[in-house]
Amino acid sequence: MAQNLVNALSLGSLYALIALGIALLFSIMGLINFAHGELITVGGYALLAFHRLPFAVAAGLVVAVVVAAALLMERLAFRPVRGASGETMLMTSFALSLLIQGGVLLKEGADPQSVDVLGGLGASIDVGGLSVGRLDLAIVGVTAVLLAGLAWFLRATPLGVQMRAAAEDFTMARALGIRADRVVATAFGVSGAFAAVAAVFLVARTGTLTPSMGLSPVLVGFVAIVLGGLGRLWAAAIGAYVLAALSVMLQAYLPGGLAAYRDALVYLGIIVILLFRPHGIAGRPGGVRV
Amino acid sequence: MAPLLRTRQVSVRFGGLRALDDVALELGDGEILGLIGPNGAGKTTLLNVLSGFQRPSTGEVELDGRRITGWDPPRRARAGISRTFQDVRLFADMTVQENCEVAVIGCGGRRTTARERARQALATLDLHRSADVLAKDLPYGVQRRVGLARALCARPRVLLLDEPAAGLNDDESAAMAETVRRIHAELGCGVVVIEHDVRMILGLCHRVHVLDHGVTLRVGTPDEIRTDPEVVSAYLGEEAIA
Repeated sequence: MAQNLVNALSLGSLYALIALGIALLFSIMGLINFAHGELITVGGYALLAFHRLPFAVAAGLVVAVVVAAALLMERLAFRPVRGASGETMLMTSFALSLLIQGGVLLKEGADPQSVDVLGGLGASIDVGGLSVGRLDLAIVGVTAVLLAGLAWFLRATPLGVQMRAAAEDFTMARALGIRADRVVATAFGVSGAFAAVAAVFLVARTGTLTPSMGLSPVLVGFVAIVLGGLGRLWAAAIGAYVLAALSVMLQAYLPGGLAAYRDALVYLGIIVILLFRPHGIAGRPGGVRV
Repeated sequence: MAPLLRTRQVSVRFGGLRALDDVALELGDGEILGLIGPNGAGKTTLLNVLSGFQRPSTGEVELDGRRITGWDPPRRARAGISRTFQDVRLFADMTVQENCEVAVIGCGGRRTTARERARQALATLDLHRSADVLAKDLPYGVQRRVGLARALCARPRVLLLDEPAAGLNDDESAAMAETVRRIHAELGCGVVVIEHDVRMILGLCHRVHVLDHGVTLRVGTPDEIRTDPEVVSAYLGEEAIA
């Protein structure tokens, strides 16, 4: 039981990093950024390039590369369509996603590549009779620090307060003098940083890279956001942890014959939750604010 | 001397529809100007032109004689043009205090300045007891006052109010007019106020600008407007002017 809890927390933290990166942009500018997955892909391959360096240095460089990619994405692809309809921005993000995937495919090839970045993180340590992977501890710990950091940033800094205002009502925020460019660029930067950290942990867990590796995390991120409740930032994190808990518990307790249906049952569970809470676990009615 | 804020021959067309046609509005420093007219007269469109949310098809907007037609809303806010919306638009998940602080921070103020100004504005409007309440938990009438307090925090030179008394009862409307007067006295700013309640406008404003079908029908003092046959006839079937 305790082992499953650790697994759920670790997986949920990974999901939360991804979901928050997506939710941040959605709440501020109504952008559903499919290309978020490609930020994770870029992070993965950056890690491959830097993996001979000491882990901390490599991780730092990955964050720098992905944040730069996210800012570039904003400047070149999304700023020209800002204020356009949600569909236009969604299509832009699809195109960008395919473009980056194509680029990675050309440069790195379609074959999966493996990279071992675990190093000392592969070991387990003993916590009160429980064997806990160091990687799991690192994921839970780093995510907790990042979430707390984001909460502090949004509450205590002038830029953070402006971001919250812009997320609630972009038009009103502009009427009060808030510069959209700065707020949106900051949001992309934070989103990129979260994607970078998620990429490092994802690759550390699986050890493999493919050009389409970003797809499944980004889908999980969307599911977590819908499950938690659209339009509210922290609801995305809640959705992520619930989704991970469902997944881990079913994995652990399903009888052998049903184990193959785990994902189907996870999504059945989500459908049931949404039947009773159509706006998500922590969402509010009429909550799609753009 | 140039008026504080003015439009020169502003027209706005939406496709074939002329929402505004050659409108010249002038607001003097420290003046309260009422903007009235029947539904669809173009009042809110004109306010959007003044605050930068609507780019005019032709014509210019000037602040202190300086052309600001191409400025976007944040830039105008920083230049001292502050506006409210008919539907208030408070930041629902932020406290009353934070709502006010955003108005200062948005214009480049420091957090400490923001905190202090928000406290003052809330005290001015007797809202200090609600400072830590989330905006969404406030009754409607109080939300409208917070909207005004937020506009006040920016210390604007021009305050644009879009139906500040919408949805309020007679007593609340009278209190709202009093509040606008108090803000005006405190800031000494120019105020443009759109209002459906004509009685309130005539009691509150120094001058009144009447729009009808996108065209300026009359500009004058409340006394001139009250007795103007064209204005009265434009309003026939809408509501009687008291």
